[in-house]
Amino acid sequence: MLRSRLTQAACAAQRAFSTTPKVLAAKQMTVRDALNSALDEELSRDDRVFLLGEEVAQYDGAYKVSRGLWKKYGDKRIIDTPITEMGFAGIAVGAAMAGLRPVCEFMTFNFAMQAIDHIINSAAKTFYMSAGAVNVPIVFRGPNGAASGVAAQHSQCFAAWYAHCPGLKVVSPYDTEDARGLLKAAIRDPDPVVFLENELMYGTAFPVDDKITDKDFVVPIGKAKIMRPGKDITIVAHSKAVETALLAAAELAKKGIEAEIINLRSIRPLDTATIFASVRKTHHLITLENGWPQHGVGAEICARIMEDETFFELDAPVWRCCGVDVPMPYAKTLELHALPRVADVAEAALKVLGGKAGKATAALK
Amino acid sequence: MFTLAGKISSRLVSRLLLRCSSAQPLAPCVEETEKSQSQPLPNASPQELPLGDEYRVVYLPKDFKLHRLNVGPARAVAIKKSQAMEYYRQQLTVRLLESAAARLYKEQLVRGFCHLYMGQEACAVGIRAAMRSTDKLITGYRVHGWAYMMGVSAQGVLAELTGRRSGCSGGKGGSMHMYGRNFYGGTGIVGDQVPLGAGVALTSKYLQDGGVCLALYGDGAANQGQVFECFNMALLWRLPMIFVCENNNYGMGTSSKRAAANVNYYTRGDLMPGIWVDGQDVLAVRSATEFAIKHAQQKGPILLELCTYRYGGHSMSDPGTSYRTREEIQKVRQQHDPIQGFGALCLEQQILTADELQEISQVARLELEVATRAARKDKEPPLSHLWRDVYSGVYEGKLRGVHPGIEV
Repeated sequence: MLRSRLTQAACAAQRAFSTTPKVLAAKQMTVRDALNSALDEELSRDDRVFLLGEEVAQYDGAYKVSRGLWKKYGDKRIIDTPITEMGFAGIAVGAAMAGLRPVCEFMTFNFAMQAIDHIINSAAKTFYMSAGAVNVPIVFRGPNGAASGVAAQHSQCFAAWYAHCPGLKVVSPYDTEDARGLLKAAIRDPDPVVFLENELMYGTAFPVDDKITDKDFVVPIGKAKIMRPGKDITIVAHSKAVETALLAAAELAKKGIEAEIINLRSIRPLDTATIFASVRKTHHLITLENGWPQHGVGAEICARIMEDETFFELDAPVWRCCGVDVPMPYAKTLELHALPRVADVAEAALKVLGGKAGKATAALK
Repeated sequence: MFTLAGKISSRLVSRLLLRCSSAQPLAPCVEETEKSQSQPLPNASPQELPLGDEYRVVYLPKDFKLHRLNVGPARAVAIKKSQAMEYYRQQLTVRLLESAAARLYKEQLVRGFCHLYMGQEACAVGIRAAMRSTDKLITGYRVHGWAYMMGVSAQGVLAELTGRRSGCSGGKGGSMHMYGRNFYGGTGIVGDQVPLGAGVALTSKYLQDGGVCLALYGDGAANQGQVFECFNMALLWRLPMIFVCENNNYGMGTSSKRAAANVNYYTRGDLMPGIWVDGQDVLAVRSATEFAIKHAQQKGPILLELCTYRYGGHSMSDPGTSYRTREEIQKVRQQHDPIQGFGALCLEQQILTADELQEISQVARLELEVATRAARKDKEPPLSHLWRDVYSGVYEGKLRGVHPGIEV
C-alpha cells in the first residue's frame, strides 16, 4: 500500500515537473513492458541477439520481463538454463567472444555473485588482454538492489561493485524511457554492459511519447538526465532512488527550496560534466543511493568533485544519503529504515543548505 | 578415416607393443599401458584407404579406453611423409619455444608467471592435426605452444612474454593471454575456459557453421564446479563440443590422486561419452580428435582425457621436485617422450631418415633463434597503449590516470 502511494506520488511529481507538458496526455508504459519491448525489438533487429537465463523462456521470466518472447522467437533465441550461474554466464561470454550478442539474465544480481568471475575476468578484461583482438558484446541484466521483505541475501545494490571495473559499462535505469533506451543501447553496444534493473519499478507505469516508443530509440550510455531543474541544491540519484529524490524535491518545494534532480542513468561512465554543471549552479550537493555508503556511488561522486575545480563552487560539504551500513533486515519497520526515505533526503537538504534554507522559506512567505 | 586393418606388418606391431610393455610403471597417468582391453581393429572398406604409396599405416601401441562408447577411434592410422615432417617439426618447435621462454625467464626478461608445456607437445600437435578450418579452440594458462599451433609466430609468443610491441597481444596480455584466429586464449583463471568454450560451441551451433569447439583444461581444473556445469549444459543442448582434459598428473603440486576421488577423467562426464588417450603419442591424439570431432558434430559433446606429463614445475617458480621425484621425471623423459618416441617411430617405419630429422631440427632451431633475438630486441609498447583497448566502442567518460587531470 505504501508502495503504491509512493509510486503515484512519484509519477505525479514527475508529471508536475516535466519539461515536455505534451506527454501529459500520452499513453503509459510500465518499466516491465519497456524492457520487454526493447528486448523484442532488438531480437527482431539482429539475428545474433539471444536471451538466456533461468526461467526466461517457458516460464515467461521470473519477473515476466521476457513474457511472450519464447513463443515468438523459439528455443534457439530464448534459452532456459539450469540453475547454474557461473556456467551459463561463462557460456554467454564465450558466445559473445565468438560473435553473438547474448543478453544474459540473472534472476537477480544477488545470484550473479556466483558468476562475477566471468563478468569481470572473462568479459571486462578480454578486449584489453587481447590488445583489441576479441571484444565481448554482452548484456548482463536483471533486478538489482533491495526488493520488499526478502532480507539480506536478496537485497543488495551492486552498482559500485561493477562500476569499479574498467572494461565494463554499468547502467541503472529508473523509468520507462531509461529502461527502453538504455537496454536497446546496451544490446547494440560492442562492449560488456551490466544492466541493473529494480524489481520494485517493474510494475510502475510512466508516460511515453512516440519518440520513446520508436524502435530505434536509444539512450546514450554515459549521459545523465536532469529530471527536474532547480537552483538551490543538486540531488544525484540512480534507479529507484530517483523516485525518492523527486518526492523529496516536491517536499522541499513546499519550503521554497528548488532542488535539481539528476538521474545518473549510467554509473560507468559517470556523467561528471552534468553533475559539475549543476553544482556550479546550485553550489550544494546530495548524493542519494540505496546501496551501502562505503566506496559507493556517492563516495565516488564526492571524490570526483574534490578533484575538480567544481569543489570551490561548493558552499557546504557534500552529503551522502545511502542505505544503512548493515545487511538488509527482514522486519518491515527495520527494512524501511535501512534505506534512505523521502524525509531523510529532505532533512539532508535542509542541513546542507543551513541558513539558506530558512531564507528560502521566508522568501516563500 | 585412415584405418587399414589387414595390411599391417605383424612384425611391426609386435615390436611396437614390445617397446611399450617394457616401460616401467611411472606416474599415475603415464603408467597406464597394457591394462586396457584390446579392441578389435575396425574394418575399413578399400575405398576409405588413402591412395599412393607415401602413406604408412601405423598401429597405435596403446589402446584407447572408452566410456559409454561401443566403438572408439581408429587404432590403425595412416601417415604420410609430409605429415610426419610437420608433426615432428611442430612438436620440436613447441619444445624449443618453451626452452627459449625458460631462458628468457632466467634472464629476467619474462615477468610474472611462465607456465611451460614441455612434455605435453603431442597433445597440441595431435589435436591441431585433426582440426578443420571451422573448428575453434580455447585453453588455460599453459598457452605458449598452443598460440604457436594456432598461427601465432614464435616471435609473437616470445615477444609477448618479454612484454614487447610485436608480442601477439601487444605486450598487454603476457604469458597467459594469447589469441588468434579461431583461438580464444589463453585464460588465467583455472576452469574459466570451459564455459567460454561451451559458449563458442553454442555459437557454432547457433550459426550452423559446422565447427566444433575444443576446450582444454588440466586435471587440476577438472575439479572446478563450472566444468561439471558445462558437462550438463553441453549434453542437454547437444553442443558441438569436445572437452579435453590434459591430465599431466599434477594440479600445481597436488597429484591427481590427492585431488580427485575419480582419476579416470574420461568417465567424469556422467552420460557423456569419454575416451582415454595416450597423450604422449601424437598419432593417438590425432586419431582420437578426429573421432571426437565427428562425434561432437553428429551426436553432441564428448570428453577426451589425454594422459600426459609436464617435465617442468607448475610454473618457472616451481622446481617441481618437492611433490614428485627426479627419477619419475627422468623416466618419463627417457621412456615416454613424445618427440623422441615419434622420431623413433618415423625411423623404424622408414618414413623419415635420420638426416631428415636432423634437418628439421636445424630449421626449427634457426626459427627460434631469430624469434628469440627479436623478442629481446623489440621495444616495449608506448605509454599511450596503457589506455588503449579498454573499450572497443564509444566510451563517454574518461579513463583516469594516477592523478586527477591525467585522463584519456
